[in-house]
Amino acid sequence: MDAVIKVENLTHTYSVGTPFEKTAVHGVNVEFRPGELVAVIGHTGSGKSTFMQHLNGLLAPTSGTVYCEGQDIFASKEATRDVRFKVGLVFQYPEYQLFEETVYKDIAFGPKNMKLSEREIDERVREAAGFVGVGEELFERSPLELSGGQKRRIAIAGVIAMRPRVLILDEPTAGLDPGGCEGVISNILRYRRETGSTVLLVTHSMDDAARIADRLVVFHEGRIAMDGTPSEVFSRPTELTAMGLDVPQAAAIAQALRERGAKLPGSIYTLAQLKDAVTALKKGVSAGA
Amino acid sequence: MLKDITLGQYFPGDTIVHRLDPRTKILVVIIFIVALFLAVDWISYAVMFLITAMCIKLSSIRLKSLMKGLKPLVFIILLTGILNLFYTKEGTVLLDWWIFTVTTGGIKRAFLMVVRIMLLVCGTLLLTYTTSPLALTDGLEMLLNPLKKIKVPVHEMSMMMSMALRFIPTLIEETDKIMSAQKARGADFSTGKLTERAKALLPLLVPLFVSSFRRADELAVAMESRCYHGGEGRTRMKTLKMAPRDWLCFLFWALVLGGMIAMNVYGI
Repeated sequence: MDAVIKVENLTHTYSVGTPFEKTAVHGVNVEFRPGELVAVIGHTGSGKSTFMQHLNGLLAPTSGTVYCEGQDIFASKEATRDVRFKVGLVFQYPEYQLFEETVYKDIAFGPKNMKLSEREIDERVREAAGFVGVGEELFERSPLELSGGQKRRIAIAGVIAMRPRVLILDEPTAGLDPGGCEGVISNILRYRRETGSTVLLVTHSMDDAARIADRLVVFHEGRIAMDGTPSEVFSRPTELTAMGLDVPQAAAIAQALRERGAKLPGSIYTLAQLKDAVTALKKGVSAGA
Repeated sequence: MLKDITLGQYFPGDTIVHRLDPRTKILVVIIFIVALFLAVDWISYAVMFLITAMCIKLSSIRLKSLMKGLKPLVFIILLTGILNLFYTKEGTVLLDWWIFTVTTGGIKRAFLMVVRIMLLVCGTLLLTYTTSPLALTDGLEMLLNPLKKIKVPVHEMSMMMSMALRFIPTLIEETDKIMSAQKARGADFSTGKLTERAKALLPLLVPLFVSSFRRADELAVAMESRCYHGGEGRTRMKTLKMAPRDWLCFLFWALVLGGMIAMNVYGI
């Protein structure tokens, strides 16, 4: 299938021509296919956030091209504006962007900017609120008086309401309690399952990446250092550690067990896989004895 | 972008101008302004111009940065020049057309007025360019100390000022962030009619206000939990001390001011 987003030779340099000049992204080439769930990981300052802001045209590349569904997103002003609705970007701590008097109006902000009809807007707001589990009883409340987790969901709904074909989330679970994290992650999974959208997830949690992503893209010093399935990426733990990144807990435990002589298969990176492997091993041992 | 705003920007350096005590610099700027307004003829203006040029040279501030600081005032400077040009009726008439009359006196006055404003701005810019905001508020607090006797909350005022200065870059960064987030939802800040554009600022201002209040609240709690209780009995890590160069500087400016007064009184 054709790529929904294709990035060619993207380079971005901040403050060109000043003493503060800094190249954050160096010649990145990458494609994202429809329906993929890609986790983008990398150390702070690895260039992943800069890269992400190119995908919906918030930042213009210093050199290189970004295509969305085959169209160069910087070809014209209209194309750049168009891509804002096709590629939805949820920033870090998105609750700080809420501003309307009511939850309903805030979620409707994006669709309104798309100049949709009242009916269409209403339908989209209800749909988006449904995806993130925000009930209608909250619609007339002020978003500023709700809890942190609820605000986060409303902000995400505000982007989902534009029905973007690609949803990018920059650390959507940062600063939430475990229950809140789980809620947000399952909302995102449900959105993707029901709409077939592509989801790019910037995360620091290797466990989340291992558990839900189809593909991992690892950024390091402005370049893509690794790109592959979770089992491919997590089978190179030493390289990940060298880049200042963790491996999932399950992979770390499996590695420790291997070092103590347990004969475990190589590709273990989720708790479920670890459990199965250990049970199998135990059965094997007891069967042999 | 927003980051290019130069508001009271400080250029670190280690020149004699940088090393002067902030109190000296604040007082000297006041003397400078008084002297500038006392200047009346070509000679006194030339003297002020040369002194300002010398100070700029000593501070090694680049002319480009000064020009950048002057830029927002171009309109006011031009307006002053034009008003003086047409409304001064002295000397011989050079041009008389409809309601406009240009006289030799008008040209002289307009020129000197423009020079005066430019020197005024350059002098004050030099103060903020060579003094860190913290040193500036410290100096101001010390200078205003006597006002404490008549119950003016000098310490509180200078504390508020340094905090306000400290949060300008933070707020700019925050504004940038919120702007990007709203743009990602299709907000448009750069096109449309004036009313539309003003309306488009609402999604920017509300979150900015909310987070400013939150930040102020957090800061207050953090300060109180570190036992801040106002200026009484508070000591400083860096105490300001007048050096010989400060006294020399005062002496020089006293002479300049004296000269200007003499010129005015005796009309040399």
